[in-house]
Amino acid sequence: MTAVLKVTDLVRHFGGIKAVNNVSFEVAPGELRALIGPNGAGKSTCFNMLMGQLKPTAGKVFLNGEDITGRPPREIWRLGVGRTFQITGTYQSMTVAENVQMALISHNRKLFSVLPRAHRLYREEALDLLETVGMVDQADRACAILAYGDLKRLELAIALANSPRLLLMDEPTAGMAPRERINLMQLTSDIVRDRGVSVLFTEHDMDVVFAHSHHIMVLNRGELIAEGSAAEVRADARVQEVYLGGGTLFAAEDAHA
Amino acid sequence: MAMGLFVAQLLTGLANAAALFLVASGLSLIFGVTRIVNFAHGSLYMIGAYVGVTLMNVLPGHFGFWGSIVLAGLITGLIGVVIEMCVLRPVYKAPELFQLVATFGVILVIQDLALMIWGAEDKLGPRAPGLKSVVRILGEPVPQYDLALIAITPFILFALWWLITKTRVGILVRAATQDREMVGALGVNQAWLFTGVFFLGSALAGLGGAIQLPKGGADLLMDLNIISAVFVVVVIGGMGSITGAFLASVLISVLNVFGVTYLPQSTLVLMYVVMAVVLLVRPYGLFGREEKAGEHGQVGEPDRPIRPFGKMGMALTSLLLLGLALVPFLGSSFAQVLIVDILIFCLFAASLQFILSTGGLVSFGHALFYGGGAYAAALLMSYADTPMEVAFILAPISAGLLALVVGWFCIRLSGVYFAMLTLAFSQLGWSLVFQWNEVTGGDDGLVNIWPSAWLSDTTTYYYFALVFVTAGILFLRHVIHAPFGYALRAARDSARQAEATGIDVRKVQWMSFALAGAIAGLAGALFVFSKGSIFPNELQISKSFDALIVVFLGGVKTLSGGIVGATFLEGAKDWLIRLEYWRLVLGLVIIFVVIIAPDGIVGTLRRLGERLGLRRQEEFMR
Repeated sequence: MTAVLKVTDLVRHFGGIKAVNNVSFEVAPGELRALIGPNGAGKSTCFNMLMGQLKPTAGKVFLNGEDITGRPPREIWRLGVGRTFQITGTYQSMTVAENVQMALISHNRKLFSVLPRAHRLYREEALDLLETVGMVDQADRACAILAYGDLKRLELAIALANSPRLLLMDEPTAGMAPRERINLMQLTSDIVRDRGVSVLFTEHDMDVVFAHSHHIMVLNRGELIAEGSAAEVRADARVQEVYLGGGTLFAAEDAHA
Repeated sequence: MAMGLFVAQLLTGLANAAALFLVASGLSLIFGVTRIVNFAHGSLYMIGAYVGVTLMNVLPGHFGFWGSIVLAGLITGLIGVVIEMCVLRPVYKAPELFQLVATFGVILVIQDLALMIWGAEDKLGPRAPGLKSVVRILGEPVPQYDLALIAITPFILFALWWLITKTRVGILVRAATQDREMVGALGVNQAWLFTGVFFLGSALAGLGGAIQLPKGGADLLMDLNIISAVFVVVVIGGMGSITGAFLASVLISVLNVFGVTYLPQSTLVLMYVVMAVVLLVRPYGLFGREEKAGEHGQVGEPDRPIRPFGKMGMALTSLLLLGLALVPFLGSSFAQVLIVDILIFCLFAASLQFILSTGGLVSFGHALFYGGGAYAAALLMSYADTPMEVAFILAPISAGLLALVVGWFCIRLSGVYFAMLTLAFSQLGWSLVFQWNEVTGGDDGLVNIWPSAWLSDTTTYYYFALVFVTAGILFLRHVIHAPFGYALRAARDSARQAEATGIDVRKVQWMSFALAGAIAGLAGALFVFSKGSIFPNELQISKSFDALIVVFLGGVKTLSGGIVGATFLEGAKDWLIRLEYWRLVLGLVIIFVVIIAPDGIVGTLRRLGERLGLRRQEEFMR
């Protein structure tokens, strides 16, 4: 089976700094894979290159075997990649359902249509997606008055609107309460199982990572230093060096959480 | 000989650059630190000139002349402080539009105050003692005062450079230019830093006004006359850059002087062409840095979700339309003419509100498409013998095509830069129409543009206008509720999310800009056939501002604000301009609305209704 996402020798320089250096990996269909690492390790840079927000200095990104390196975000989305952001980006002036409908309108290429009423278009599909993330009871509320955890779930529903084969989630649980984190990751796991989507996510909360990921990659100073199952990564000497060697990092993470 | 003339003109250009540089550096400094584009900066320049002339008539001799200039600068600086503290402090956190509208209110207030204090007559500036004659350079006469100005300007540039790079105040100013929040966090009192910068910037404008007195004197039009040149300078030089302001002042002044000699028909056009070219190559000016969008906060409550009219709304709209349809049976033909004016203005305002509120694109040059449509119809009638009906249809199409071209350039920028570029293009269009006498009739306009015989009757034209305005407004409303309108709102709310879900933000905004332009062109066409003539002032800055102001008065975060505001203002105008100081009243109303009721008429009424329980709170807000 070919990989959904294949990254080969990805490099990104900012001036003299090598933010991401020769990173290669693959994401298999139906896999829930985590990308972890301390602050400044290059996780977000990596993500931004996968999604087209940032052009790599070198290296290639393949989606289902197709080279998508350097394509704009909206084209990559059309090829079946959904994304959620570290800081949520939702449409404040729309209702919850309309936020999802907007993505469905885009998916069905009706963006420039001036005839139908948008708030009735694809409403049923939008409600189904909201059902998936447990937001259907809030479908007609204004997005501007939602709680933060609900915004995160809404964003997930939006990301699912074009039935993606790959979901990229940048720190999906950042800023959430512990209970909400567990719920959201459980939800993500369910989606992976039910829909056969692959998920690649970055995360700071190690409990979340070790509890839910099928496969973990550790990034440090722009380079992949280890990967494997939760147990393997936990046992890896270099990972321990990065996270425990300084003696503060895990503690800092815990304090942060 | 030709060499002599060349040098003499170069010197005149350099001398003219002095005042322009002073005003522009002040504006640039203020923008750099406070991020406020002070439209009233030209008014401060005018105040400097008037105060200077008053002082010079009192104070004698060398000391009196130069002392008056310095004093005029200081007094203008203090007036600037008053403006900053009363008008701008409350709106620092607001989106650009609010600040721009507030400073526009200040322009109106100062215009009338100057009229009250100094009267309508132009003041002649006294000549500088000891510098009254001319020097012959290569046989050409050059005024001594010009040479003095050329000598002074580098000193001012140097003094500013020294102030900004070598002093503690300068360090704070530079730090604030880069990161205001950080400077605040480090314990610098931001409010006073802003006030101080405003003092300095205003004083520079005042100095500029006073120093040009021997060359230009003082009059009531000088505020708006200099402001567009200053904006060109600041935008070319890069907002916030003093060096950029200096180079651009010299460039524009020299260009103007040579333009007068070699291309007298296109002096104005030249300036804007240079600006457009610079912005194409360097979108943020020669020395400017990229402006991060989304820096500004929200005012009042967030935008609400929208819904098409329910039964109640439909019934009220139908009732209103029915009432309008009955007017010819009840009212005089004067009432019909007045209502046609209001209707046309409503359509124009609605087209601006479409891109401004739904699209979040603050265009400062929307009159270009209104006037563009009107001129397209007038030119077709005058030169191509086009039947009126065809010209009427081609007008909005031409305006839409014009907006397509202009939009292609402008949409690449955002925020203040987008506003500036739209302003520049509209000024380009205006100067083209104003100076191309052979084709557009220049200031004399185009006349005898009457509708066909079947439409010439006042009542028939009333219905004609009513049908097209209603259709235009309802169409825009429908588009807002259609997928395209939603995509436009999505692009405004979160461009990042929109791009990440397949929405081509630029393209959506570009198309909406063209659509708004076409509708504005339709309004322009209705206008030209209702008046039978068209003059360049229909695409001047003030026309664009009129539309901005009514959208603002009505309520930016509403769908119908522009229409309500336009009805209100156009209806009140008849009564208002009978007052001697109507600008003062309007200016104060604008400032009042910006500070006290930023939701506008419709927004405030909506909130009031909800609070009093007259109107149910919308369910999605619960």
